[in-house]
Amino acid sequence: MNAEQPIAVSTAGLSVTLGPRPVLAGIDFAMARGEVVGLLGPNGAGKSTLIRALAGQVAFDGSIAIEGRDQHDLTADARSRIVAHLPQGRMIAWPLAVETVVGLGRLPWRGFAGRGDADGARACREAMELADVTHLAGRPATALSGGEQARVLAARAIAQATPVLLADEPVAGLDPAHQMSLMLAFRRIAARGRAVLVSLHDLTLAARWCDRVVVLHDGRIAADGAPASVLTADLLERVFDILVRLDHDECGPILTPIGLSADRE
Amino acid sequence: MISRLNIILAASVLILAALSLLVGPAALGPGESLSAIFSSDGGTAALIMREIRLPRALLGVLIGASLGLSGAALQGFLRNPLAEPGIIGVSSSASLGAVLVFYSGLAGASLLALPAGALVGALAAMLALIGFSRGNTATLTLILAGVALSSLAGALTSLALNLSPNPFASYEIIFWLLGSLKDRSMEHVWIALPLMLAGWIMIAVSARALDALSFGEEAAASLGVDVGRARLLVVGGVALSVGAATAVAGAIGFVGLVVPHLVRPFTDRMPGGLLLPSALGGAALLTAADIAARLIRPAGELNVGVVTALIGAPFFLWLVAHSRREVQS
Repeated sequence: MNAEQPIAVSTAGLSVTLGPRPVLAGIDFAMARGEVVGLLGPNGAGKSTLIRALAGQVAFDGSIAIEGRDQHDLTADARSRIVAHLPQGRMIAWPLAVETVVGLGRLPWRGFAGRGDADGARACREAMELADVTHLAGRPATALSGGEQARVLAARAIAQATPVLLADEPVAGLDPAHQMSLMLAFRRIAARGRAVLVSLHDLTLAARWCDRVVVLHDGRIAADGAPASVLTADLLERVFDILVRLDHDECGPILTPIGLSADRE
Repeated sequence: MISRLNIILAASVLILAALSLLVGPAALGPGESLSAIFSSDGGTAALIMREIRLPRALLGVLIGASLGLSGAALQGFLRNPLAEPGIIGVSSSASLGAVLVFYSGLAGASLLALPAGALVGALAAMLALIGFSRGNTATLTLILAGVALSSLAGALTSLALNLSPNPFASYEIIFWLLGSLKDRSMEHVWIALPLMLAGWIMIAVSARALDALSFGEEAAASLGVDVGRARLLVVGGVALSVGAATAVAGAIGFVGLVVPHLVRPFTDRMPGGLLLPSALGGAALLTAADIAARLIRPAGELNVGVVTALIGAPFFLWLVAHSRREVQS
């Protein structure tokens, strides 16, 4: 973690139970401004639930502090100016123009009758450039491809201009170039002092573009640290049940899954 | 906020309402009709205008606006272009309330018994819906509970028809269920107006939430929208305004479904921005349909609910075919 930057998000003993099932147990997690943190873990490990808890959308035990404020003390309105959440389920219900979709990201900053958002136009323009959707501005979002819609929704969350951005599998379904350019966009907004938590399934993408990775396994944190030190063959076999070939180049580790672990076969 | 679309629609509402004042079996010239509304001589013309045509024109505008607004609000809230006020069971429950008043013979006791029965039905449906739709899966529950309530109210209405004491009572019930603005008085306007206004305000307050809900409930919540509160406002607003509409005019279908689709292409398609044009469009459409109902068959006029269904159902089919083509291309 970057010691010079203030803590944006921290949890202590965070647990979430959905129905009879404990989904998260004893999560102690912290993230500073300026960081891009990758959230890894197999399906059902609790990645989306952790993101929802940080976004204030599920009941939890333990404590969550966002920008120094207790999650329970934040109103929905106040939270929307601190935390942006890009959910995994991508929905655009009406054939809204792309620029309208991105503009809705400014909703928390708008006063009565849409007034009082002086930064709105600039924030939207920047967000659309970062997500590479500027050329789509006038198109109806529902007529775009799945990957393009994903980028439009990412631009919507970036335009919200909150200190904390939680993105749940934002690159799923994107072509390799746009996966990398969206990760680059997250790095850029982090460099401007925002904290970005992004859940991913692509291990190499996480290793190369995240400052730090947190690996969840069965609702607990299995590892937390710099990608090169965390993503070991041993951990990947234990958590993901896969055998991985590990290479290194000057940019960091390259992980190639090559088979299932012995006890899976 | 005041777009050109809204100005055009508002002007159409005014023109159609004025035309509505001019249509009727009594042979009154246009000038004579309009001046009679404001005259103080208490003559036949004034009586016809104030007691018969004015309440009819006002109710056409108010009910049409309520139906259009409710349809737009429900389509936005449920993110479903097929949603309409009937889907959450409020209009069928209001109908059931009115039918029970017919059935019990209370309808003859007072002019207000029928609307009161319908309002009780609508409020009961609203409370049931709010009771059912709590927690995480509330929106899905809302639709399912609405469909169930709607079928239950329909079944009980049929039961009342089956058990009805004499054929004349059944005839009266069926006729009322078709929806009409005929022979309504200013009392009906005063019953409906406050409830409709309250419902309109509740829906208007939820406009911002409807915009955010375009991205689903999770994303809307992260934009600062209290989805539970929006649900209460929309369900309550629709129940009050459509309940009041059904109470004074019976069940008038298709206006709430069709109008948002008619005006949507002329807007930026934001659900919140669609509310005002849908209200104005609904007022214009129902007033026009009510004029048509009187002109097509002047002797024994058509029920306006029949006219709206005759316009609405083919349009709906066209819509289904059209949207399928859009998906395919």
